Amino acid sequence: MSLDLPSTGCRSTPVLKERGQREVFCGLTGIIWLHRKMQDAFFLVVGSRTCAHLLQAAAGVMIFAEPRFGTAILEEKDLAGLADANAELDREVARLLARRPDIKQLFLVGSCPSEVIKLDLARAAERLSAVHAPHVRVYNYSGSGIETTFTQGEDACLAAMVPTLPATTARELLIVGAMPDVVEDQCLSLLAQLGIGPVRMLPARRAGDLPAVGANTVFALVQPFLGDTHAALTRRGARHLPAPFPFGEEGTTAWLRAIADEFGVARDLFEQVTAAPRARAQKAIATQSQELRGKSVFFFPDSQLEIPLARFLTRECGMTAVEVGTPYLHEGLVGPDLDLLPSGPVISEGQDVEKQLDRQRAAAPDLTVCGLGLANPLEAEGHTTKWAIELVFTPVHFYEQAGDLAGLFSRPLRRKAILRKEAAE
Amino acid sequence: MKLTLWTYEGPPHVGAMRVATGMKGLHYVLHAPQGDTYADLLFTMIERRNHRPPVTFTTFQARDLGADTANLFKDSARDAYNRFQPQAMIVGASCTAELIQDDPGGLAEALGLPIPVIPLELPSYQRKENFGADETFFQIVKALAKPMPRTEAITCNILGATALGFRHRDDVAEVTKLLSLMGITVNVAAPMGATPEDIARMGQAHFNVLLYPETGETAARHLERACGQPYTKTVPIGVGATRDFLHEVSALTGISAKVDESGLRLPWWSASVDSTYLTGKRVYIFGDATHVMAAARIAATEIGFEVVGMGCFNREFARPLRAAAKAYGVEPLITDDYLEVEAEIARLQPELILGTQMERHIGKRLGIPCAVISAPVHVQDFPARYSPQMGFEGANVIFDTWIHPLVMGLEEHLLTMFREDFEFHDDAGASHHGGKAVARVEPEEPGVSHPRTPVGYLDQDEGASP
Repeated sequence: MSLDLPSTGCRSTPVLKERGQREVFCGLTGIIWLHRKMQDAFFLVVGSRTCAHLLQAAAGVMIFAEPRFGTAILEEKDLAGLADANAELDREVARLLARRPDIKQLFLVGSCPSEVIKLDLARAAERLSAVHAPHVRVYNYSGSGIETTFTQGEDACLAAMVPTLPATTARELLIVGAMPDVVEDQCLSLLAQLGIGPVRMLPARRAGDLPAVGANTVFALVQPFLGDTHAALTRRGARHLPAPFPFGEEGTTAWLRAIADEFGVARDLFEQVTAAPRARAQKAIATQSQELRGKSVFFFPDSQLEIPLARFLTRECGMTAVEVGTPYLHEGLVGPDLDLLPSGPVISEGQDVEKQLDRQRAAAPDLTVCGLGLANPLEAEGHTTKWAIELVFTPVHFYEQAGDLAGLFSRPLRRKAILRKEAAE
Repeated sequence: MKLTLWTYEGPPHVGAMRVATGMKGLHYVLHAPQGDTYADLLFTMIERRNHRPPVTFTTFQARDLGADTANLFKDSARDAYNRFQPQAMIVGASCTAELIQDDPGGLAEALGLPIPVIPLELPSYQRKENFGADETFFQIVKALAKPMPRTEAITCNILGATALGFRHRDDVAEVTKLLSLMGITVNVAAPMGATPEDIARMGQAHFNVLLYPETGETAARHLERACGQPYTKTVPIGVGATRDFLHEVSALTGISAKVDESGLRLPWWSASVDSTYLTGKRVYIFGDATHVMAAARIAATEIGFEVVGMGCFNREFARPLRAAAKAYGVEPLITDDYLEVEAEIARLQPELILGTQMERHIGKRLGIPCAVISAPVHVQDFPARYSPQMGFEGANVIFDTWIHPLVMGLEEHLLTMFREDFEFHDDAGASHHGGKAVARVEPEEPGVSHPRTPVGYLDQDEGASP
């Protein structure tokens, strides 16, 4: 690795572990981007009106574009006897599949209510898979708040698919994590120029493109929240290539380098392929990050992207991290990013939101990265915030998006400066 | 089980949050799993509130299930009291906590907090958001409001406005203004803007003004019984309804209903010849029952539309809505399934839809103009400017809002008259809908000229006026 390691990184920093009120989304929200990615999949949440209301609130206007997700709302009679619930589910699924014959993959997504009443969706998925085979494959995972936080919904979904993937002995590279198509194409193009292939994707855009997996598969993660998927792939014999996550120029280069080293790509070729996009990314970051230099940043936990993003902001945009909060810290995945993150910030896992707000107010950071439930209240107190969810929905990976990624953080500061100027006149 | 893509109403605990967030000095401790805090952003983003909702979630996780969740609730309630020092607290469970059967009321009582702690029973698998708000407000009023001697001057309470209510902020201001024109001051407006201490002195008002039956009727009935306060039955949305409301208040108080109407412009705007083209335009109305019934009266009698269909999503008010629909000779649609609403609108092919944000999208899909009259609404319907629905200014706002999406009279005239013209053909669209006007594709026949003005235009002019 060609990166300069800081004299001390954060790998051995003691982690502040907190329990208390959490201000986070549940894993059901992953459906909102997963259904865009998997174009022949439908996500059927088995839950309550709250689950439907959550998806509606989180999906905003997307719900009007004939979404491929919905909620089978449990009613009082479903709670009375579980046998009924299974029959009801079978009926709703049959009706749904009749109405949407284009659906090839159906995900039964567990919620808090369905988990608490122990509705066995895994068996329901098996049963329904048999009924609707071979046209539709039915999977099951839980996106419940009691088990999953926000992006962990994607992890649970992908991990549920891994055991059913076909087996292979081919030496293939598997890229794991949902990315917007435009970013995925850039990723594939870079790998192709490096002469690495064949490359498979999980998730695939369509059921027919699902990858195979086996002992000769090596996989790289593009998202830091894929702990269970990592474990499931490892159980199938695949080997993980640890690397920093591909955010910013440095992160992207290190990520590509890890794969290039595995596939024996010559240094010359690597330089040749990456030189131009690296230069473009550095230039774009320099332009977009002017407002960020010398400023401090505080991360509330949200998506597990916090550690790689703090690494990007501190090393490539000149910021100082005060606290980096993450809902879960999977050292096996974010370890390389922790190595690169200069020591100093509090690394916190979990949340007691009131106490964390006390720390945030005491630190008075220049920029606070937080969820939408906290953003406006903090703005009203005079803090500048960047709402975190956008970082999950917006294309931010790899070289061509590096400038945009810095821009997402600098825009709130630029805006604050514009409005202040207006007020001063 | 019922497959749902879109819900008009959230779960009942969101209704309780609307009451808590509207009030001050009250705190809500909600037994709920991690993730249910999503509801906070309805208030901080859609209503753009500058503070967090006063709600503490226990946010239990899978590892807490077992004996631990009850203690988690107790700790959360104690911490919330210590940190926020509220005048009163409400406690309850969300849908998942309802299943694990901890008893928030009993657990909170065991803490012996030195403030009133009001338990809420909100059946999540049967009822919805409006019920949650109505029931929560009722429980708070029942616990705190007691009979008291009346104020010397004639005062009233205003009931039903909550956080996340459609135009509640400005409706309260407008109704307060109307009442002050009659010489009546407001004792307490609640839940929005009130503290538990305010609720405790509601009993001294002479009567109650019920603004929103969906969220205030149970409390109004209770106050009628417990404090002997009559409440108003007319919701003052529209000119006629506002005047009826003033007469109703007059009957309750003996004060004259005559007030200054000089700011009221709807009647003249509607009577002016520019509005003639609105006559008999076919309108479909859907939303919560209160707003739909009010809108139908305005549409039919104050603007001169033809009401071709109406319906509501809140079953609790199906009966009055059915009665109202009968007056317009239409069969009402009572449903919370937007696909049914869409099918009905597609069948009736109205020229204007008055509805919620959902109907706005249906209208967009079907190419029918739409104006929003009821929750659920998106961020743009929590406007910065003063825009009540109630009272005389509300009538002015309603006239402008409903007419705006329609093609203007002259424009419609031109579109009809110059249908053959390359600039005014049917696909050119209205001037203000964001669509891009496209020039008509001219048939290419060499040697044939296409006059911009259709033949016989001058002869047709008189008769073609709509």
